Amino acid sequence: MAHPSQLGFQDAASPVMEELLHFHDHALMIVFLISTLVLYIIVAMVTTKLTNKFILDSQEIEIIWTLLPAIILILIALPSLRILYLMDEINDPHLTIKAMGHRWYWSYEYTDYEDLGFDSYMIPTQDLAPGQFRLLETDHRMVVPVESPIRILISAEDVLHSWAVPSLGVKMDAVPGRLNQTAFIASRPGVFYGQCSEICGANHSFMPIVVEAVPLEHFENWSSLMLEDA
Amino acid sequence: MSDAVQEKIKNYRTAPFDARFPNTNQTRNCFQNYLDFHRCNKVLSAKDQDTAPCDWYRRVYKSLCPISWVQKWDDQIEAGSFPGKI
Repeated sequence: MAHPSQLGFQDAASPVMEELLHFHDHALMIVFLISTLVLYIIVAMVTTKLTNKFILDSQEIEIIWTLLPAIILILIALPSLRILYLMDEINDPHLTIKAMGHRWYWSYEYTDYEDLGFDSYMIPTQDLAPGQFRLLETDHRMVVPVESPIRILISAEDVLHSWAVPSLGVKMDAVPGRLNQTAFIASRPGVFYGQCSEICGANHSFMPIVVEAVPLEHFENWSSLMLEDA
Repeated sequence: MSDAVQEKIKNYRTAPFDARFPNTNQTRNCFQNYLDFHRCNKVLSAKDQDTAPCDWYRRVYKSLCPISWVQKWDDQIEAGSFPGKI
């Protein structure tokens, strides 16, 4: 989850997010280098007493400051496209989960075998147990088996919502009447938080998402228990 | 029912990738399988054949379609107001 004074991304919990994180580091480094260079040149121009009134043209520098930016752009584009196509690969999911957005909670459906469905409401601040996170915890978590490709189909029952979990690198709009597909793999066991990412009314900020990745046996036990409770 | 179909249904894990619906929008994938299940049932029952092969479509639409959509369509079929052609 996010922590106070955080500057960078949350720790990656899926292979795609790891790639995105590294790409961001790469692109940001290029940005820092260019900005530093430009800032240095500005300061140097502003603080020098030297003047030259007789420069008319310079083929060499023109070539350099055309070629270098082109090369830099290619160095950014190649990893970017690599990740884009990586995210577009054909998946072979082990499990399909549906996430339906409502005003103002999410509901999850696991219907590959039995009809398991449950709602996931935010835990109000006054009901939090010590150690729980304000505005992020829910009464029921979306439990998934770790290291399994998961297909998640996202839709909405009323207005636009958006299902997002930053540490998994997932965000997909929930559109009424439309079924949007995305996929992820939770690389490690853990609890991953997200929040609704499309304005949907008064309690848009109070319908969080919690994904809990557990070993397969625990997932099977959990789903049997959830079916009994339903 | 052929062995191949039986194997596929027995080893069903979740809806596999369907090349007819390669993109993000899977609405039609869900609806098509729902239609195909009911059409398969209708055709096989009309010929007095075993409707077990239709189970594949049932598993796929159950995996993909939101429960509320399925309920709505089932109600519509019962009421005779289902918009799709079965």
